Amino acid sequence: MSLLELRGVHASYSDGGQVLHGVDLTVQEGGVTALLGANGAGKTSTLRAVSGMLRRGGSLRFDGREITSLRTDEIARLGIAHVPQGRGTLTGLSALDNLRVGSARRRDRREVERDLERCLNLFPRLRQRLGSTAGNLSGGEQQMLAIARALMSRPRLLLLDEPSLGLAPKITVEVFEAIAGLRAEWSLAIVIVEQNADLALGMAQQAVVLESGRVAIAGTAAALAGNDDVRQAYLGG
Amino acid sequence: MGALQQVVDGLSAGSIYAALALALVLVHRATGVVNFAQGEMGVLMAYVAWSLTSAGVPVLVAVLAAMALSFPLGVATERFLIRRFHGQDGLVIVVVTVGLLILLNGIVGAIWGYVSKPFPSLFPNEVIRLGGVAVTVEQIGNLVVLLAVVAGLQIIFLRTRFGLSLRAVADNRESSALSGLAVNRLLMAGWGMAAALGTLAACLIAPKIFLDPSMMNAVLVYSLAAAVLGGLDSPVGAVVAALVIGVAENIAGAYIDIIGTDLKIAVPLLLMVVVLLGRPQGIFGRREVVRV
Ligand SMILES: Nc1ncnc2c1ncn2[C@@H]1O[C@H](COP(=O)(O)OP(=O)(O)O)[C@@H](O)[C@H]1O
Ligand SMILES: [Mg+2]
Repeated sequence: MSLLELRGVHASYSDGGQVLHGVDLTVQEGGVTALLGANGAGKTSTLRAVSGMLRRGGSLRFDGREITSLRTDEIARLGIAHVPQGRGTLTGLSALDNLRVGSARRRDRREVERDLERCLNLFPRLRQRLGSTAGNLSGGEQQMLAIARALMSRPRLLLLDEPSLGLAPKITVEVFEAIAGLRAEWSLAIVIVEQNADLALGMAQQAVVLESGRVAIAGTAAALAGNDDVRQAYLGG
Repeated sequence: MGALQQVVDGLSAGSIYAALALALVLVHRATGVVNFAQGEMGVLMAYVAWSLTSAGVPVLVAVLAAMALSFPLGVATERFLIRRFHGQDGLVIVVVTVGLLILLNGIVGAIWGYVSKPFPSLFPNEVIRLGGVAVTVEQIGNLVVLLAVVAGLQIIFLRTRFGLSLRAVADNRESSALSGLAVNRLLMAGWGMAAALGTLAACLIAPKIFLDPSMMNAVLVYSLAAAVLGGLDSPVGAVVAALVIGVAENIAGAYIDIIGTDLKIAVPLLLMVVVLLGRPQGIFGRREVVRV
């Protein structure tokens, strides 16, 4: 059974405009699905639909359970951690408090402390910044913090929305090396949205390309990466 | 009376302003709303406490019960009134809370009448002489209660998961929800705590100025000034500013002839204008530092 399954999902923002028109997408337990497409294609909206952050319909199932009518916090508590585009850092709190917010719903204190240590090993830069106000961290550090905060909830599914956005190439490499190790280290499934298609396809098994709120093409990451026509049409050559 | 006496009197009054200012800050941090009805909600519940004492309940129990009952009042206000206006223009919310102030004022008047009622003090009516200064047990009590409230809030906000969650929701609702925090419930809890604080402030000042449907209007002005001076989001700033205002008001009233008791209320407003001209974010407020 797939961990996340979207069937005919449509969604609209509160100002009325419908932005998704029947999106299908599946993520296998422990698998990585790349969500690709041009700017404005609906990638962010798809992730927001999963997290219940906009009005949505159709069928969204997580671990076999219908989540279409749940609130954002309820969906998060089921084990879906969403690192939004723009990172969503709690800018007025310290970096450590950001991580504590990530684990705020957990009761297994000793495991939480171990996970904190694992996060700091994953992103060693964060270790010296724990006491700093998160808003004062660099863009790269904030992205790392956002991912670490998501991990601190011990999710089964991680939604990553353009983690490289606005980062220097060197930092992007650092972030992606960390992301590549997540699946095995934290035994979770990932949906990754990324402008750099090669980066995303390199770590994914499945890929979905969106166009104007619809699925333009879907298949294995290898097939999409190897198909020159697809690359030409949707992935910027 | 000596200057020291004025300082003592001022600190005592300032403690009460501080309690209401803390309530204003709590609500503003959580929901971005300045609740002009905060004091009046306290008045309503102080009348409930008065009714309990009239029925023979000891005053301490009555005040604690009123504070406990304030919690659901604050929760309901957020849930059924304020939330409907979320995302609306700030001026709309101002009108809503001012409207609530007037409505509650009328309700209190309708139920309990407009004649002032004596309210029993939580503290024994004793005076302690320290050097040339006469300090009442009530004055010391007010300050002690305030310090206890500040310490309690500090522990809640800095040492508990609940407090961390409240700070997170105040910082960024959407991100907090993505971390699984029940945002709506936390907002309601913030309003509930604030309502309890407002009731405490009303019950502390009532013995001094008598219970009256409009008794908190002047206090609200002082507390608003303190909250704004402190930066609206800084509990420590609000408390310090409230104490300063309490002292400044008393000293100015006693030593500057033209001010006297009638113009005392202008003191905090003057202070507020002067400070805000120099530091628009308040004394303790932070400028937003957000890097993209
Ligand atoms: N907050 C919003 N309100 C209304 N429309 C939006 C909002 N955010 C995005 N859209 C619209 O939804 C469509 C899809 O946007 P988005 O999901 O952000 O695309 P992507 O992430 O693929 O760049 C676009 O047409 C965009 O203009
Ligand atoms: Mg996007």
